[in-house]
Amino acid sequence: MSAPAAAPPLWGLMAEFEGPTEVVEAARRVHEAGYKKVDAYSPYPIEELAEALGHHRSWLPFLVLLGGITGCLAGYGLQFWSATIAYPLNIGGRPIHSWPAFIVPTFETTILFAAGTAVLGMLALNGLPEPYHPVFNVPQFARASKDRFFIVIEAGDPRFDPDRTWSFLLSLGPRSVSEVDR
Amino acid sequence: MSSTSHPVPPQVDVLERRAFVGGAAGLIASLMGALVSPTQFFHSYLFAFLFWNGIALGCLSLLMIQHLTGGRWGLAIRRLLEAGTRTVPVLVLLFLPVVLGLKRIYPWAGSAQSDPTIRHAIDLKQAYLNVPFFLGRAVFYFAVWFLLARVLSRVSLDSDTGMDLRRARLLRSISGGGLLLMGLTITFMSVDWAMSLDPRWFSAIYGMLFMIGQALSALALCIVVISRIGMEPPLSAVANADTLHDLGKLMLAFIMVWAYFSFSQFLITWSGNLPEEIPWYLRRFQGGWRLVGLFLVVFHFAVPFLVLLSRGVKRRAKAVGTVALAILAVRIVDLFWLVRPEFPHAGLDLHWLDFTLPIGIGGVWLGVFARQLKTRPLLPLGEPEVREMLAEAGA
Repeated sequence: MSAPAAAPPLWGLMAEFEGPTEVVEAARRVHEAGYKKVDAYSPYPIEELAEALGHHRSWLPFLVLLGGITGCLAGYGLQFWSATIAYPLNIGGRPIHSWPAFIVPTFETTILFAAGTAVLGMLALNGLPEPYHPVFNVPQFARASKDRFFIVIEAGDPRFDPDRTWSFLLSLGPRSVSEVDR
Repeated sequence: MSSTSHPVPPQVDVLERRAFVGGAAGLIASLMGALVSPTQFFHSYLFAFLFWNGIALGCLSLLMIQHLTGGRWGLAIRRLLEAGTRTVPVLVLLFLPVVLGLKRIYPWAGSAQSDPTIRHAIDLKQAYLNVPFFLGRAVFYFAVWFLLARVLSRVSLDSDTGMDLRRARLLRSISGGGLLLMGLTITFMSVDWAMSLDPRWFSAIYGMLFMIGQALSALALCIVVISRIGMEPPLSAVANADTLHDLGKLMLAFIMVWAYFSFSQFLITWSGNLPEEIPWYLRRFQGGWRLVGLFLVVFHFAVPFLVLLSRGVKRRAKAVGTVALAILAVRIVDLFWLVRPEFPHAGLDLHWLDFTLPIGIGGVWLGVFARQLKTRPLLPLGEPEVREMLAEAGA
């Protein structure tokens, strides 16, 4: 266990806030200050918080659309191929390519592929399951699931400077600011 | 009881004036058409009446649904729905031309039939399809709708002074039983007023097709109104982008249910390919009717479905209002497609009465709707949530 002495084990800085309005206001100012690698934590969903942080739009809807289109084509293609090319059967004198009968399974495969893409894509994009995360090294972070609100600026942010970011966070009026160990 | 205690946006007055003027013009033109070609008048009248009648019924069903489910979207449109349901008396008047034209509209109402299969079906179904029983049922439907609308509006207005537990429970229990009655009356209404145009034909999902169509029309009307006046007081206290988003999502869901029901009926009929069922579709595959059907697939389902997938569209008043207005127009086409091919014409023959009658009836209906809208505060003031939001908006 020999860590290079030069690299400080600092992962980021965490500011703790009392209420939702304070944290949204602070998030807005963090975003205005130009920090990009920022995340906020709250006990319940606050829609304005994500907006205040200027969260990038997720790729997920686009992936789900692609999944749906794939499922639609695959479902219809499978039926078309098996009914007209691989195993053409005369059923009650209906046309070999009886598209009305294909619609319902096509709809089902569309939904199946879209829903599957939504679940797997969500997991791929948000990195879950993640057994270790540095924020839990801060003891009071446990209250993020109870009654406290947190903003974390990562040390990897280009604008990050241990001292200046520390005093910037202090200027936002938090309850406390703590270092997050790696 | 002062009647001016609640502000009403000026757009409602404009709507009332324009609707009555347009309605009068449309009806006068249509009456002249009735003198020239009375049969065409009644054929065009029926689908136009069913469309506007359907909006009022959709309002009644949605009103009871939102009493049962709750939610902010319901608070924002409750008074619009109530105004829509209070138009039942004028719909009774507007139904009279159908009664006058029974013989020209319905093959079972006494006119001579040349087709032996129709004569045979009429003979078999005479116990149900006869004029006195038909009129009796119509009276019953209107009575149910009128009473439900009246009681719900009355209790809702009374509770403006304060929604107590007793009134909230009353509204809920009326709505529970009322929805059951709506399901029955709309199903029988659709059989009586539209399906019986061809006494040989039947479809079990037909009533549901009317229900979802009516709910969609009513919701689209509410969205159009909210998109115009929802951003001004008093509605602005409750209606915001989230409300529009909710209403837009509901509209998307209704469009999908409509497509689901319509396609179910088609798939089953097409698969069965039975001589007593399939002619209904064969009539709609002839000539120009085929294009009308295709138009419905594209503009009653595909385009609004894709457009309403967008979150941005649903949250912007102008965008979602435009979509809703287009939906209302397409709803008229749907009723046209359901009803008009049943009359023996050669293919699709658009008559100018097909345009003046929806405008005439619609103008009168919208005028009465706007007038009813002005008689009550635009928000259910007794609801605790509404009080909170009004206080917030006022602060």
